[in-house]
Amino acid sequence: MVMNVGILALQGAVREHADLVEACGHEAVPIKRVEELKYIDGLILPGGESTTMRRLMDRYGFTEALRRSSLPMFGTCAGLILLAADVTDRSGGHLGKLDITVARNSFGRQVDSFEAQLDVKGIDEKAEAVFIRAPHIVSVGSGVDILSETGGKIVAVRSEHHLGISFHPELTDSTVFHQYFIDMVESHAAETTR
Amino acid sequence: MQQTGTERVKRGMAEMQKGGVIMDVVNAEQAKIAEAAGAVAVMALERVPSDIRAAGGVARACDPRIVEEVVDAVSIPVMAKCRIGHITEARVLESLGVDYIDESEVLTPADEVFHLKKDDYTVPFVCGCRNIGEAARRIGEGASMLRTKGEPGTGNIVEAVRHMRMVNQEVRQISVMSDDELMTEAKNQGAPYDVLREIKKLGKLPVVNFAAGGVATPQDAALMMELGADGVFVGSGVFKSENPEKFAKAIVEATTHYQDYELIGRLAKELGSAMAGIDISQLSLEDRMQERGW
Repeated sequence: MVMNVGILALQGAVREHADLVEACGHEAVPIKRVEELKYIDGLILPGGESTTMRRLMDRYGFTEALRRSSLPMFGTCAGLILLAADVTDRSGGHLGKLDITVARNSFGRQVDSFEAQLDVKGIDEKAEAVFIRAPHIVSVGSGVDILSETGGKIVAVRSEHHLGISFHPELTDSTVFHQYFIDMVESHAAETTR
Repeated sequence: MQQTGTERVKRGMAEMQKGGVIMDVVNAEQAKIAEAAGAVAVMALERVPSDIRAAGGVARACDPRIVEEVVDAVSIPVMAKCRIGHITEARVLESLGVDYIDESEVLTPADEVFHLKKDDYTVPFVCGCRNIGEAARRIGEGASMLRTKGEPGTGNIVEAVRHMRMVNQEVRQISVMSDDELMTEAKNQGAPYDVLREIKKLGKLPVVNFAAGGVATPQDAALMMELGADGVFVGSGVFKSENPEKFAKAIVEATTHYQDYELIGRLAKELGSAMAGIDISQLSLEDRMQERGW
């Protein structure tokens, strides 16, 4: 069945995510208003500036709506920060979907941004990973599965129907992470309609 | 193995700024206002373009002390301008840890023949363009992001509109050109053939293209998004307006929701007056910053 995968379209790399969702054979839906959340089966929080996105989320009621929402969610980079329960340099996290603590810009400034090939649990091929002023996951709570690490830092995690990664699969042509998330969305949809 | 400074990492950084507003700031206090308003980045400089225009003389890269002050004040990315062709200003900004350098016609050019060879740097660059020839040459030199030149410091959107329309029109023309027409197009535009081939293959520019140079109201910002800009730079517009905080927020919202006219109307109603504007025909050719760059 074709899933409707929303992409929070307040700011950031929205089109790149949409292209990969469509390459997986599913429908990509840019989400600019809270009312639009009811038409989707899962939501991607894209890369961008987390500070900016959070301000816009507050202004348009997304913060509360998403905290209450049971949608499967997938966050990349800034999106990972938004999903975290705690962020090291601010009091109170954002959406609290993943029981993790993240540190922002933890690989340095833009000149330190990098690409690497990563092993990811549950994905057979080496993943191309583009890190841009990326956050990393400092610690995880129980029930959070660590999917990947680089240089001793956790960079990908999953907990039930929430997936968070430090890097940007949307800047590559590979659909592996989007397919992984869509599989999560499909099984969540099957469970909730049962 | 970790590779820094790759084309994907540099262009990707600009992709993350899409749909956002980058604001000119001259100190830490303004940088914080910009961040609080939802700017996706700030551009550190000594004077905003309208003041550069008023002051005359030579406009150089920002004092490193201001760059450091701004870098320390905010967690969003910090950009800074260097003069066209000024290798050392660019290297110094890179060493200060700025996240993006604008090789900018707003400053007085240091070289009237050559631009920087930008792919030599780890830090990414943004450059201004008025047409596909300028856009392709800058990409050929290694720019990872483009913006319209517009006419900075005028509060007049007409030149940014002209440049955005021109580039997009030329991109569309190139996308449908046959392969055998492309070399002559490259010759006519003074554009690198390989870059035109990439544009044709993609059907769009290979890098993000923001609007800049004359954005003075939320309506201006939304108009540029409507015309296909990936985001907006606001120079003098924010801190030359009556209420910078409100103004900055309004520009950010209008950029995100550029087709929500009710919202934009509501935002505009609450603002004081925008910066004063200058008619382009009142500017002599040598006063037009857009004529700089080759």
